[in-house]
Amino acid sequence: MIGGLFIYNHKGEVLISRVYRDDIGRNAVDAFRVNVIHARQQVRSPVTNIARTSFLHVKRSNIWLAAATKQNVNATMVFEFLYKMCDVMAAYFGKISEENVKNNFVLIYELLDEILDFGYPQNSETGALKTFITQQGIKSQASYLISKNQPNVVYCGTHGFLFVFLWSCFVLQHHTKEEQSQITSQVTGQIGWRREGIKYRRNELFLDVLESVNLLMSPQGQVLSAHVSGRVVMKSYLSGMPECKFGMNDKIVIDKQGKGGGSEDVAKSGKQSIAIDDCTFHQCVRLSKFDTERSISFIPPDGDYELMRYRTTKDIILPFRVIPLVREVGRTRLEVKVVIKSNFKSSLLAQKIEVRIPTPLTTSGVQLICMKGKAKYKASENAIVWKVKRMAGMKESQISAEIELLPTNDKKKWARPPISMNFEVPFAPSGLKVRYLKVFEPKLNYSDHDVIKWVRYIGRSGIYETRC
Amino acid sequence: MTDSKYFTTTKKGEIFELKAELNSDKKEKKKEAVKKVIASMTVGKDVSALFPDVVNCMQTDNLELKKLVYLYLMNYAKSQPDMAIMAVNTFVKDCEDPNPLIRALAVRTMGCIRVDKITEYLCEPLRKCLKDEDPYVRKTAAVCVAKLHDINAQLVEDQGFLDTLKDLISDSNPMVVANAVAALSEIAESHPNSNLLDLNPQTINKLLTALNECTEWGQIFILDCLANYTPRDDRESQSICERVTPRLSHANSAVVLSAVKVLMKFMEMLPKDLDYYGTLLKKLAPPLVTLLSAEPELQYVALRNINLIVQRRPEILKHEMKVFFVKYNDPIYVKLEKLDIMIRLASQANIAQVLAELKEYATEVDVDFVRKAVRAIGRCAIKVEQSAERCVSTLLDLIQTKVNYVVQEAIVVIKDIFRKYPNKYESVIATLCENLDSLDEPEARAAMIWIVGEYAERIDNADELLESFLEGFHDESTQVQLQLLTAIVKLFLKKPTETQELVQQVLSLATQDSDNPDLRDRGYIYWRLLSTDPVAAKEVVLAEKPLISEETDLIEPTLLEELICHIGTLASVYHKPPSAFVEGSRGVQHKRLPGSAGSGESVESPDPGAAATETPPAVIPSQGDLLGDLLNLDLTPTTTTGPPPPTTSGMQMGAMDLLSGGLDSLVGLLHQGPPSLSASPSTTTLGGDIGGNPAMGAAFGAAPATMPASFNAPGSGGLDDLFDLGGGVGMPMGALNPPKAVWLPAMKAKGLEISGVFVRRAGVIQMEMTLTNKAMSVMTDFAIQFNRNSFGLAPAGPLQILTPLSPNQSIEPLNNLQVAVKNNIDVFYFSCQYPISMLFVEDGKMERQVFLATWKDIPNDNESQFQIKDCHLNSDAASNKLQSSNIFTIAKRTVEGQDMLYQSMKLTNGIWVLAELRVQAGNPNYTVSSISLKCRAPEVSQCVFQNYEAVLKN
Repeated sequence: MIGGLFIYNHKGEVLISRVYRDDIGRNAVDAFRVNVIHARQQVRSPVTNIARTSFLHVKRSNIWLAAATKQNVNATMVFEFLYKMCDVMAAYFGKISEENVKNNFVLIYELLDEILDFGYPQNSETGALKTFITQQGIKSQASYLISKNQPNVVYCGTHGFLFVFLWSCFVLQHHTKEEQSQITSQVTGQIGWRREGIKYRRNELFLDVLESVNLLMSPQGQVLSAHVSGRVVMKSYLSGMPECKFGMNDKIVIDKQGKGGGSEDVAKSGKQSIAIDDCTFHQCVRLSKFDTERSISFIPPDGDYELMRYRTTKDIILPFRVIPLVREVGRTRLEVKVVIKSNFKSSLLAQKIEVRIPTPLTTSGVQLICMKGKAKYKASENAIVWKVKRMAGMKESQISAEIELLPTNDKKKWARPPISMNFEVPFAPSGLKVRYLKVFEPKLNYSDHDVIKWVRYIGRSGIYETRC
Repeated sequence: MTDSKYFTTTKKGEIFELKAELNSDKKEKKKEAVKKVIASMTVGKDVSALFPDVVNCMQTDNLELKKLVYLYLMNYAKSQPDMAIMAVNTFVKDCEDPNPLIRALAVRTMGCIRVDKITEYLCEPLRKCLKDEDPYVRKTAAVCVAKLHDINAQLVEDQGFLDTLKDLISDSNPMVVANAVAALSEIAESHPNSNLLDLNPQTINKLLTALNECTEWGQIFILDCLANYTPRDDRESQSICERVTPRLSHANSAVVLSAVKVLMKFMEMLPKDLDYYGTLLKKLAPPLVTLLSAEPELQYVALRNINLIVQRRPEILKHEMKVFFVKYNDPIYVKLEKLDIMIRLASQANIAQVLAELKEYATEVDVDFVRKAVRAIGRCAIKVEQSAERCVSTLLDLIQTKVNYVVQEAIVVIKDIFRKYPNKYESVIATLCENLDSLDEPEARAAMIWIVGEYAERIDNADELLESFLEGFHDESTQVQLQLLTAIVKLFLKKPTETQELVQQVLSLATQDSDNPDLRDRGYIYWRLLSTDPVAAKEVVLAEKPLISEETDLIEPTLLEELICHIGTLASVYHKPPSAFVEGSRGVQHKRLPGSAGSGESVESPDPGAAATETPPAVIPSQGDLLGDLLNLDLTPTTTTGPPPPTTSGMQMGAMDLLSGGLDSLVGLLHQGPPSLSASPSTTTLGGDIGGNPAMGAAFGAAPATMPASFNAPGSGGLDDLFDLGGGVGMPMGALNPPKAVWLPAMKAKGLEISGVFVRRAGVIQMEMTLTNKAMSVMTDFAIQFNRNSFGLAPAGPLQILTPLSPNQSIEPLNNLQVAVKNNIDVFYFSCQYPISMLFVEDGKMERQVFLATWKDIPNDNESQFQIKDCHLNSDAASNKLQSSNIFTIAKRTVEGQDMLYQSMKLTNGIWVLAELRVQAGNPNYTVSSISLKCRAPEVSQCVFQNYEAVLKN
């Protein structure tokens, strides 16, 4: 298991050092600094073995987090833990920076004592930790935005500093015995991610379907590869211990229901259902239930979390089509014409559209004409960047460029890197639809209808490239 | 108000100030002081002097302060064991605290203090905490047992904590179960043979239940523990798999990979025709692909594991090639791993896509990545035969870029392609040769040299190319030196005429001027091979090489199996067994996959072959530099699919008798020389024209051509005369005709080997010599001279060697005789022993009377007696035999069943030797038993006796 955990700043100075096991000596801290942080080379592996001690590290901005061990640990677990550690720290004090780590070092030590015991990760859910960790996070001014939706935040603005106290700032001694055992059973229990007794005046749910669509297309318009990786991100502000059930137009579920229900249903829904290649869930989701019934049921954590991730490769709606036309006129001139076509409902608007057209290294001058938006030749990036703020569906726009080239003796042909595109669309390119999100709270007197639910779809470009 | 200020106080007398603050009455001030202490501790300052003051702060009801003090204690207790005792009381008291969080904190911290005296006090509180009503305390106590075991294993066993821990596996709280499993697994690891984790269907069932309920980390502990279990049969295996598969949808990659480990292992037990087996295979692919969208570090671990999984079960991911395509923003370690897997998954179906990708990668920035991409193109060519041509042309395109490292890498892989498809793509050699000068890496140089050597016959200026490398021989790395040596020897065997100097140069560089034993040994082996039997040399060095296997870089099957059992762990990242990087007893246990479907074989089965027998793929070490290694033996796996390497026969050839080898080929090839010559020692002959054309000599399999030559030859001149001499001189049958012995080994005479024998024919002593040229160049201008010797032997005529002696040719026809033989190269001295019988002249028969008189006349001191054993001849036969050696029987008489033979002989210088030979006649076989020799010069007696013995026993 993890023998020691160290946090360094970018210079390699130790900010936090916690040794869990006797086999990790004091020199281990220096070994990592000398061999990895101060190494001249770029990092060639996140796992380094120095003198029979293995160091597994991640880097967040300028901060290095390294776990040291002398055993054959579960490396995946160690990395997952390091990420989790970052999440927990971020939840307490925002951005992980040298300043924040130094400001919160006592908190970090307390956290490290709690979430790692003898190198074994214990409960690391922020919601649960906040119930019994005595220290509070101190956020520096610039590093956070206060969400309007966080009801338990108290503002104390003095001298440009804001201190965020969460409800758990009442020191532990103030817990009654009952509360104490409640805490412990929650921390160790089946629902370690949620504490009891949460109350909201207004029960609210925010559900975002965030997708990134990836494409590689041939110049002739043939799809070489396309996939969507999506996430369902939730913010839940619900009282008590609500039981939730999430439903989407998953093909397997709909086909199953279709068998039982009328044929009309199949005809109606069959077209809209999507085939999900694979999905993973937050630990609150009952996996065995998903495995057998393919239903997604869970008791949600409080606040922000990522409910699921999924991946689809079939029947993807490609929001844009890029049609490139490159003509080499002689040896010193190049004519490029790029047409983009939006391929979605004309009532919808795509935003933040950016087309990047690579130019040869020998480019000496570029003349651009575009119908919409702004285009610029960026010599330092060897590309023409064409930006369009908004574009409705079923439209088309084009840019033409004349590129002057320097004459060279180099016979090597220009490799013609693909044209890439960035955009944001208000729908899910995978075709995923949220069918329902039901909330039941048996003990409290609010029903599914009382919960205000917000659903939003955002489709963004991942690597969206067309070869030319 | 932030904590960072604690990092900045570096005033003098700081410790003193802190001391004062720690002893302050105000709680807040104390807390501040302890925080400062901990900040100093973190940055590496020694604050152990404050130990008593900090410990004093421990007795507080403020949990925050308590935690801070405990943190300090954990760090310094070891260096201040006596002081640490002061804390014990508080710990024990805290373990009784009504607040479960404090109880747990106390037991957790106590376990971290590695001081023996404290450990003693830990036992009682720990026992209580293990049975605490609060699950939070129990789960903390469970881990504490592992801590205590690490400090004092014996104590844990004596106190019976292990049993309590085992009981916790049945605890109602899932997190307690998970921590107990983790603690037990760790303790069990250091006791490989103990049955601590007594896994049986009941406990497994409990674990599987807890799996659904505990935290993500707990699930990992439980899955890792499950992976050590061996189900009794395939049904149990299937039911566990069914309950583990839902974990594949967990957001935590570690849960997913640990589940994959369990499934990969238990799948071994499922019959392959089972429907469920196929379902499971299908279920495994999506989660593995999903891992690739995790953070880069996790992707790296996942990719290292996928590399193993793909080797074990290629069917799982065979359709998922695209997800392994490298993204521009991937960190370099992810890119490199993806490339590896792309090659593993490359097949005829997807090769076009893969090649297109690889070509893109080859133009990237990172040197390592580009190199690997270029190498990958070569591996594609080797793996997918249909793509070979496209790969080669892609590589040629890359060579045209003239980017130094790309060119070098391309040459290295082209060498491999030649090894796989010999005689197919030689047209590219010209292009390769153009880039000769730009090669500065040993591997590329060695590869290029190998190519030149291998295809020397097609490269016109191969000798020049190799010579250019030879100039800086000593500055080259060993790899290049070895390759250069082999290549030049190959070149010589292919084009012997122009390259003799070169080969001699490299042989002497390798053998005489090098300190490297490998190089020297290889040099000597070649040298000897070339000098003793060039035919064999050719067969060995130019043997057809086994084709390299299509799958390279495979992990050895038994190691692969072990690594599959370690999926997700560091072992799977390093691709090394845990014993390779873990100290001590942990990890020494070698895990193994369970037996195949239905056999229900236990994992602990000591039969290592059980799992390994199923057709392991041929493994070729990835170091391509071994290519073209001498004999290629070390490279030839027994399982190679290619034709069996002919090297073994080559080896036998090498050991074959020189004469017979030459004989066969010569008789077969030349049909020259009268076959009747067999009676003569100069059995094989060679026409002068052959001798005159050295190139031909070598061309004809470089057989050692033999050629009679003689001095004392009557009418010396043409070759025919020599034949006459050899064959025409009638040899009395039964005459002593010893085989030729090597007098002058080639090693001592710069390639000239002389073997010879003395014979006496028609009253003339002849020294018959076979001169063999084992060197690389033609020898001419032979001459011979004898040193002064006892019997005054001298050459009767000049050494007649008619033609220049071309390499690998030999000439044949000539008691201590020192001989000097001269040729164009040097003068060589050697000595040989001639049998004394050579000197017995034909008129050595004494008159009876003279014999009697002489016998008496010679003093008895000069008589020497010898025993002859195991010689079964009657007196007449012995007499006849001896007569042919010019030993004459003068008289014979029979006394008491013994035949007495009186004999005389005369040496060339006039010395008479008289002999009395006793032959036992009584036995069924007559036996010559003893001999008395009398001579005026007793020195010769020994020689004469030896001659007797030789003649009689012959």
